[in-house]
Amino acid sequence: MKKLLSIFAVVAFAFSAHAGTLDDVKNRGFLKCGVTTGLAGFAAPDDNGEWAGLDADMCRAVAVAVFGDRSKVEFITTTGKSRFPTLASGEVDMLARNTTWTISRDVNLGFEFVGVNFYDGQGFMVPSALGVSSATELDGATVCIQTGTTTELNLADFFRLNGISYEALPIETNDEGKENLFAGRCDVYTTDASGLSSTRAAASNPDKWVVLPEIISKEPLGPLVRHGDHQWGDVVRWSLNAMIIAEELGITSENVDAQMSSNVPEVLRLLGVEGNYGEMLELSNDWAYQIIKQIGNYSESYEANVGPDTPLEIARGLNALWTQGGILYAPPFR
Amino acid sequence: MNEMNAVRKPPVATTGIIGWLRINLFFNWTNSLITLFVVYCLYQFIPWILDWTIFSADFKYNYLGEQITNQEMCSRNLDPENGGACWAVIYVRFYQFIYGFYPKVEVWRVNLAYIMLAFALLPLLYAKLPYRKYFLYFTYIFPVIAYFLLNGGLGFTEVSTNKWGGLLVTLVLGCTGIALAFPIGIMLALGRRSKLPVISMMCTLFIEFIRGVPLITLLFFGMVMLPLFLPEGIDMDGLVRVLVAVTLFQSAYMAEVIRGGLQAIPPGQYEAAKSLGMSYWRMNLLIILPQAIRISIPPIVNTSIGLFKDTTLVIIVGILDLLGIGRGTLADTNWLGLSYEIYFFVSLVFFIFTFGMSRYSLYLEKKLKTGINMGAD
Repeated sequence: MKKLLSIFAVVAFAFSAHAGTLDDVKNRGFLKCGVTTGLAGFAAPDDNGEWAGLDADMCRAVAVAVFGDRSKVEFITTTGKSRFPTLASGEVDMLARNTTWTISRDVNLGFEFVGVNFYDGQGFMVPSALGVSSATELDGATVCIQTGTTTELNLADFFRLNGISYEALPIETNDEGKENLFAGRCDVYTTDASGLSSTRAAASNPDKWVVLPEIISKEPLGPLVRHGDHQWGDVVRWSLNAMIIAEELGITSENVDAQMSSNVPEVLRLLGVEGNYGEMLELSNDWAYQIIKQIGNYSESYEANVGPDTPLEIARGLNALWTQGGILYAPPFR
Repeated sequence: MNEMNAVRKPPVATTGIIGWLRINLFFNWTNSLITLFVVYCLYQFIPWILDWTIFSADFKYNYLGEQITNQEMCSRNLDPENGGACWAVIYVRFYQFIYGFYPKVEVWRVNLAYIMLAFALLPLLYAKLPYRKYFLYFTYIFPVIAYFLLNGGLGFTEVSTNKWGGLLVTLVLGCTGIALAFPIGIMLALGRRSKLPVISMMCTLFIEFIRGVPLITLLFFGMVMLPLFLPEGIDMDGLVRVLVAVTLFQSAYMAEVIRGGLQAIPPGQYEAAKSLGMSYWRMNLLIILPQAIRISIPPIVNTSIGLFKDTTLVIIVGILDLLGIGRGTLADTNWLGLSYEIYFFVSLVFFIFTFGMSRYSLYLEKKLKTGINMGAD
């Protein structure tokens, strides 16, 4: 199947690689961005039918970089299965669809991950009544696990490494896992930590559930584009980086206008007051200013969509800046 | 002797409500036991479901009188003792459930299409309609009108199909699939029974291939592979690709249903038609098909209902139908955890449509008296 997919990817790629994506997007007048069909905090339609979430913000940031207008984006919903063919065939210009960056996707499927907008990892959730404080105490537990995912393999590895046993209760969807856990048919539910948080937030009494501290896998989620179009890859990459650098420099959507007269050279370069970085990307010179003005910096997007003040209550953790104990790190803007 | 002939009423125990109860519900002791058990279950269930769906439920305001804008404000989340369903999520999201992401300023076009759909269906559903002929003309051109109305063109601004969603997508897929599959299915059924080997083989091959693969596979085929077969530069719309897959799928099933009807027609009908000198097409159009389709009404409705429900599978290719919008709503952090309300609402909508279809087919069967063996009498 994977091989077949990659053949599709290559064939479709051969058809679509003729012109620069950036020019295509500019000519079309709007960006086509692939998102999930709905994942709490990452991309979901709000009450007005506007897509909101961390991934949706990523799409909007790129639209702002190209057009200076956050509404110039069309969201195309994709599922775990349809996302790669959709990107490969050129139906979308980019994916921001909580997709884990792996070598096979990066190399074999012919895509290019341009960065990481959320560091996720597989975790465990148990009822607090179970009195467990670490996943290593889960000997003999019944675990709800989505079949056919990397989480299944990670789970087996983790339990074998720790010399403890478990009984798997195979499930198909997140909803099913939630129902089984809440009904007590399994003791533990394991999936990505962000997914656990949304499951916990959906519970009638969230305090009855705890997410254990162990994170047993690396799941760097990030936006991706087709291989071979470096100019377009750069636009998406630096749209993300601009948001991270803005947080580093303390520029927010509120103070961005005041920062235009800052005396910090990197701030002036980022906002397009000095240098011609926009021109290099074939964008307008205030592209990063517009992103910060219209979307906000990384922290603002994070806090609004998944942060501790939202029902998801995901602490910054690994997603904090490298200066604040996390691993979020963008190359210098010069 | 006269007293003997006096009219006597039938025994009380066989007439009226009591008689009906006796015969239908308390005929013997197993029957009575089952009746009592069912009554007990209903007694337990009905008050609870009424309380949950209506009496304790929030519709727009919670029990404090505030307008509900997220799940935390639902009565049952504020006070678990106090609340039933939180229908506010349906109220707030009603637009999305019905129209998807269709722009608000253009939504009158969808409403108009919904109304026109009702008018287009009217002459098909009700044969005694006055001026039915003129209504039928309208029915024939309705698909064209609906296309321009919904999609744009002819002076309307274009609304690309990825902004469509909810009931709109469900109805477009269901109606188009059923309407297109019917004529294609008839052609395939006739083709399969044809005496010309090439035609019969091709039809058989097509039907068996389509029936042999799941709808999901066909949807993926439409979504992923169809664009590869098209010449470069031709961009086929996502919804159209899904429509192609759904129609192919449905027409294969429809063909087999109609073939079943064709096989039930006694050979005498064919022979009689031929002896009158009718051509193949006249024979089929005037003699065979009207009878065959009449017998096939129950299975035709059966597969149509099946298709209508199968349209929910389009979520796997990233199209948000009614169920997809429901799932999207559940992924909004404002409405996390309201899955009972949303799935209840979605299933209610589906039930209304499928139940309507099934009742209509019963009415049609009664009207056409399909129970009688027509060929032999």
